[in-house]
Amino acid sequence: MRFAFLSLLFAAAAPAAAQTIAITGGMVATGDGGEPVAGTVVIRNGRILAAGPGAAIPAGATVIDATGKWVTPGIVAGFSRLGLSEVDLSGGGSDTSAANGPFSAAIDVAPAINPLASTIAVNRADGVTRAIVAPDIAKSIFAGQGAVIDTGADMDPITAARRFQFVEMGETGAGAAGGSRASAHVLFRNALREASELRRYAVPISSSGTDEPDERSRPVIRDPNESRIMGIGAQRSEDVLLTRFDAAALVPVLQGRQYLLVHVERASDILQVLRLKREFPALKLVLVGASEGWTVADRIAAAGVPVIASAVNDLPSSFEQLAATQSNVGRMAAAGVRVSIGTINDNDTRFLFAQRQYAGNLVALRNVPGATGVSWGEALAMITSRPAEAIGLGGQIGSLLPGRRGDVVIWSGDPLEGMSAAEAVFIDGVQQPLESHQSKLRDRYRYLPRRDLPEAYRH
Amino acid sequence: MRVESIGSVIACALLTACALTPPPRAPAIAINEDPYPSTYERYPGVPTVIRNATIFDGEGGRIDGGSVILADGVVQAVGGAELAAPAGSVEIDASGKFVTPGIIDVHSHLGDYPSPGVPSHADGNEATSPSRPEVWAEHSVWPQDPGFSRALANGGVTALQVLPGSANLFGGRSVTLKNVPARTVQGMKFPGAPYGLKMACGENPKRVYGSKGNMPQTRMGNIALTRATWLKAQAYKRKWDTYQRKGGDMPERDIAMDTLRGVLAGKILVHNHCYRADEMAIMIDVAREMGYRVGTFHHAVESYKIADLLAANGICSAMWADWYGFKMESYDAINENIPFVHNSGACAIVHSDDANGIQRLNQEAAKALADGRRAQINISDEVAWTWLSANPARALGIFEKTGSLKPGKMADVVLWNANPFSVYARPERVWIDGALLYDANDPKRRPVSDFELGQPGEGDVK
Repeated sequence: MRFAFLSLLFAAAAPAAAQTIAITGGMVATGDGGEPVAGTVVIRNGRILAAGPGAAIPAGATVIDATGKWVTPGIVAGFSRLGLSEVDLSGGGSDTSAANGPFSAAIDVAPAINPLASTIAVNRADGVTRAIVAPDIAKSIFAGQGAVIDTGADMDPITAARRFQFVEMGETGAGAAGGSRASAHVLFRNALREASELRRYAVPISSSGTDEPDERSRPVIRDPNESRIMGIGAQRSEDVLLTRFDAAALVPVLQGRQYLLVHVERASDILQVLRLKREFPALKLVLVGASEGWTVADRIAAAGVPVIASAVNDLPSSFEQLAATQSNVGRMAAAGVRVSIGTINDNDTRFLFAQRQYAGNLVALRNVPGATGVSWGEALAMITSRPAEAIGLGGQIGSLLPGRRGDVVIWSGDPLEGMSAAEAVFIDGVQQPLESHQSKLRDRYRYLPRRDLPEAYRH
Repeated sequence: MRVESIGSVIACALLTACALTPPPRAPAIAINEDPYPSTYERYPGVPTVIRNATIFDGEGGRIDGGSVILADGVVQAVGGAELAAPAGSVEIDASGKFVTPGIIDVHSHLGDYPSPGVPSHADGNEATSPSRPEVWAEHSVWPQDPGFSRALANGGVTALQVLPGSANLFGGRSVTLKNVPARTVQGMKFPGAPYGLKMACGENPKRVYGSKGNMPQTRMGNIALTRATWLKAQAYKRKWDTYQRKGGDMPERDIAMDTLRGVLAGKILVHNHCYRADEMAIMIDVAREMGYRVGTFHHAVESYKIADLLAANGICSAMWADWYGFKMESYDAINENIPFVHNSGACAIVHSDDANGIQRLNQEAAKALADGRRAQINISDEVAWTWLSANPARALGIFEKTGSLKPGKMADVVLWNANPFSVYARPERVWIDGALLYDANDPKRRPVSDFELGQPGEGDVK
């Protein structure tokens, strides 16, 4: 049994990325904060060529009629563990953290991403096209290096590997640091000092100008951090806490060449993180969580540090979230903080599609007296361009501005409404399959009366 | 009940031949089946007329431009513009707004896993034995859980069932509450609501006990232990039924068995945590074998595979819209589960099991409704509202009192500022038994729990 869910499917036999596609007649929202307007979106060679009311349809373009539909950039999961876990509880094979492993900051999620995970297919089918993927901590406050991935149905999921380091500095970090926030802060400083000692040992990765007698005995090094460990005289003091790999992995953080995503919720913890820049001025901080951010929003704004927040946390789930309110995001945004939405510790391996519902809830707050919501356009931006901008990829993904990657979704209606669905999804200009384990089960069990063969034969 | 005369007792004490006469029997002592009775009393309301509203009456009916009259704690009338207002009533113009019965969450842990979620507050699972029917969730409920207020103000939830957790095959008794703040749990208990028994099949019991090297370690162990426990309950029931009929020496009381006896007598409703279709089918047979009924399967993510069986057995399914994959037994969840179950003629309920989800059950229903429509199952908005009020009320045995807007029923009512199936809708006012307990326009009509007083964000909109 199959359903004709898609009226938009076109014969995509040609190499899709090379095609020119014009999506016409839809309500177009570019994802950069503006409200939707009727217009056209043109994708050429996998990139956005033009979007909006004035976009012309190039000759030879494949035209998709999206009349009555909405067209937006694909959703960017602002903070997730997508692709790291097939089943979270007792399912085996979860790669979110390494409880018994020796490494922390050196961990790089990129090799663990499974592009064929069912979670990726489910989220792709709901219009999620990219995800910021962080590892979870194990025994250290440092979780390791996160990646940006796409959800395309292919074997190349990595958009940007080692884009950021993730560290826990609130209650969770305190636990990993042995039991206190004070300990977490000392561990953080110690780690960056250890990284600082390794900084000078870097050698060019491709350099052969060493005293090594035999090139064949040299390891092939592709990660610049590893080159620091292999550099001449890269001895370390015996008074170290981090492994060499972990310390080396923090060098780009220290140098501001890699973003540092810091999870904190409590107002005072937020301010302590902002203060780290006094000691380590090059840090490129991004706050994650920040449930109490609204209470110190002016100071976050003044520091120019972006926030990836949980959208609708409104419970004092812990003593670091006492001031939680759904107005947190709106109030921070109103104070000038650059805010985006993520799913911090909120079923982050699989429910990224919930972000658009959360964004819609923030719009709804505008009609609640005393609450602070956000405009529709800004809400969409918070799940598309804003998270991309927070980690410096705003020029690549998350909007329909010319030159961005061709990640486009055609929706049955307003994408912030839970009742709307993604009807066509393009990633890098390639139209994606929307089938999943779930859609196959739906089709198998749509009609239950017994037939000539068991259900197992319906596929 | 037989009553022996005093005289025969004395005679028996004096005469050796009394062994030939039947021994005297003391009358059976009546067991108090409601030792922690509800002390809930409705708060005062004013006669209220809501006009020009779109009304979902909760039983599948819809009135556009409708009127609802609330007075003396109950729904007085539901109809069109012609309804006459009682003298002295407050009139509310609800043009562009929607009126529904209050949402009822059949699966919550508010109070027994309250916020903040610190270890001291983990009161939902008596995970010390797989069979713990002796525990009662109400003895864990902390009335100061801030989650109750969020469920009211953001979720439009007017009643809820708080259940023990699912670590155990027999988790204990549930309690149904009015979502009205009180100093004690008794002050929240829904008057006259029957008790429920939380049962669980599947992964949780076998994981929790199997990992300790105890039974159950497998699904077959789950069922074996469940059956063995029911056999004990049957024996206990026989003993007590005889005693209550004939009197005599009171059998030893067992609080655990009291609960199971109540189930076998049809007084306590079974709420069975069960994800997989095959396991639900087994539990239906267990119930038949042991002489009880399954009222509702909770977290029933695979109900769609056996919706016909569930319809034939009159069993409700309490479901999420789109939760999936967080454990193996949820791996086959589909977004069309709720509409597929509804479409088969079985009872479908949207539940939360979550302190955040309970604030958006209307949105969860909306997603399921839309997914159903995309699969050519055309259910109207007003019929879909049965998933949120009437069906959970039936599952809890309180439908005669609440769950729909019918004259004489409790005035548990939500005024929404837009169609509640839109993500942009919010409760504007919530009445419970006709008392206005939330008003978005009045910061004084917003509960603040003891826990939140003097804390950052006290009294904020949340």
